[in-house]
Amino acid sequence: MSELFDCRDAFVATLEELAEQDPRIVAVVNDSIGSSKLTGFRQRWPERLINVGIAEQTLVGVGAGLANAGLKPFVCAASCFLTGRALEQIKADIVYSQAQVVLCGISSGVAYGELGPTHHSIEDLAWTRVLPGLEIIVPADPVETAAAVRYAYAAEGPVFLRLSRVGVPRLLDQRYRYEPGRAHVLRDGADLTLIACGVMVHRALEAAERLSDLGLEARVLNLPSIAPLDRREIVRAAQQTGAILTLEEHSVRGGMGSAVAEAVVAEAPCRMKLMGFEDFAPTGEANFLLDHVGMSVIGIVDAAQRLVGEPLVAK
Amino acid sequence: MRGTLLTTIVNAKMGHVGGDLSVIDILGTLYFSVLRVDPTDPHAESRDRFVLSKGHCSVALYTTLAYAGFLPIEELASFAAPLSRLNGHPCNRKLPGVETSTGPLGHGLPVATGIAIGGKLSGADWRVFVVVGDGELQEGSNWESMMSAAHQRLDNLTLIVDRNHLQQGDRTSAVTSMEPLAERFAAFGWETHEVDGHDHAALESLLSSPNTSGRPRCLIAATVKGQGVSFIRDRVEWHHKVPSREQLAAALDELEVAS
Repeated sequence: MSELFDCRDAFVATLEELAEQDPRIVAVVNDSIGSSKLTGFRQRWPERLINVGIAEQTLVGVGAGLANAGLKPFVCAASCFLTGRALEQIKADIVYSQAQVVLCGISSGVAYGELGPTHHSIEDLAWTRVLPGLEIIVPADPVETAAAVRYAYAAEGPVFLRLSRVGVPRLLDQRYRYEPGRAHVLRDGADLTLIACGVMVHRALEAAERLSDLGLEARVLNLPSIAPLDRREIVRAAQQTGAILTLEEHSVRGGMGSAVAEAVVAEAPCRMKLMGFEDFAPTGEANFLLDHVGMSVIGIVDAAQRLVGEPLVAK
Repeated sequence: MRGTLLTTIVNAKMGHVGGDLSVIDILGTLYFSVLRVDPTDPHAESRDRFVLSKGHCSVALYTTLAYAGFLPIEELASFAAPLSRLNGHPCNRKLPGVETSTGPLGHGLPVATGIAIGGKLSGADWRVFVVVGDGELQEGSNWESMMSAAHQRLDNLTLIVDRNHLQQGDRTSAVTSMEPLAERFAAFGWETHEVDGHDHAALESLLSSPNTSGRPRCLIAATVKGQGVSFIRDRVEWHHKVPSREQLAAALDELEVAS
């Protein structure tokens, strides 16, 4: 097993690097200093760490206000509360008002697996994806996390950065640069395409290797940019491989898979299966939960074989 | 301005006439005697910031902004028209002079708190003013921000409560009472004043006086919903009812006589 990384480390390291160069950078938290790993940031720049208390609506509103005042706010909170409790503030104060704020949803997905569905954040992509003008980034490894933070810092509009704390191996080259609306072919293949984001990307790669042993060549797309969406690469996958399996640490309703399905249906209908959470997840550690709902490497292999083997519905 | 806003509402067949009339003296005082803003440079870094949290009273804001030179007065005729930049609720991306888009209640104070924190961090000397309706204080987000702003000692932040005692469906006291409102603000750590919200001189004197308290400031401005028009005054049903042409004529006559 290769070394696993907590992407929050890459997040804070990059944020501190940027903050050293740009005094306009401020971090805004809802008492979430530890879970956002901002203890070091606070030590270095105590006045630039704004803690509004356990108050998410104010947290997001304050972020919008700081942007109005000419600062560069990174608003950090557990993704379930940031997006859920302050969704209307995200809509009106940030996105509709086009405030240049980076919303950092920490411990998204089922990172808080044992704490149960109130603390899982498997709805955040669905909730935010409907807001036009909000860029949404789900990094897959520490390299992509660092690149996403740099990109979000320089972006001209608001960005939602969905960050996990679940350990992931390093997948990308250090020279990697995040580009909005750009998916990456991590592995080529002609039989079907696995499209994954975030913590599911390395599982997709492992599954593709197993599939190759079984005689099925799977293309693997890393899709960090949920909005804007790389429709060109998705359509190419649909046309060239004829089958798409999406994998996300999110509900199957309204998330990355739904975004892919919208593009596929509109431009190149093909066989598709969306894998993710179909229901509120039970309790348990994140990797256990991903396995439990069928997204173990074996589970993905099985679903991929069935997807390709399924006869098309007779016309 | 009262006549202009009434005419705008009647022409558009929509608007929040009662609240517009209760808040217009506060807005006029701010824009003509207090705020350091420049319509020729609405995004100037050094400007004072104003946030109308009760965004449904956009006609009062648009009218004030028009008289202050941010948009042509004739443009008020386009309020709520198809594709107009004068939305039913104010949008900062469309109209220079609007700091943040408002409409859903309870958003203004958190944003203004952020602006004030930003001013402190930048060492800027501009100030932030925000107007909320009294009914709007039922939104919990205000109380979050009140605590936060007091904790951060934001003496560059002034909140004005348009205390007209009415909300859309009833008297505020009948829905969820705010009393004792001044004591509550004081208990939350705010420098608190009570003032007649239709008395321009009193408003100006308080709004212009330097805040040396080290605390955010709150003005509870006693107002009357529908102020200036006898048949609209202090009546629940005039929250967003649109006057008829005849009622408009009567209202304009009454305003003429009064002024």
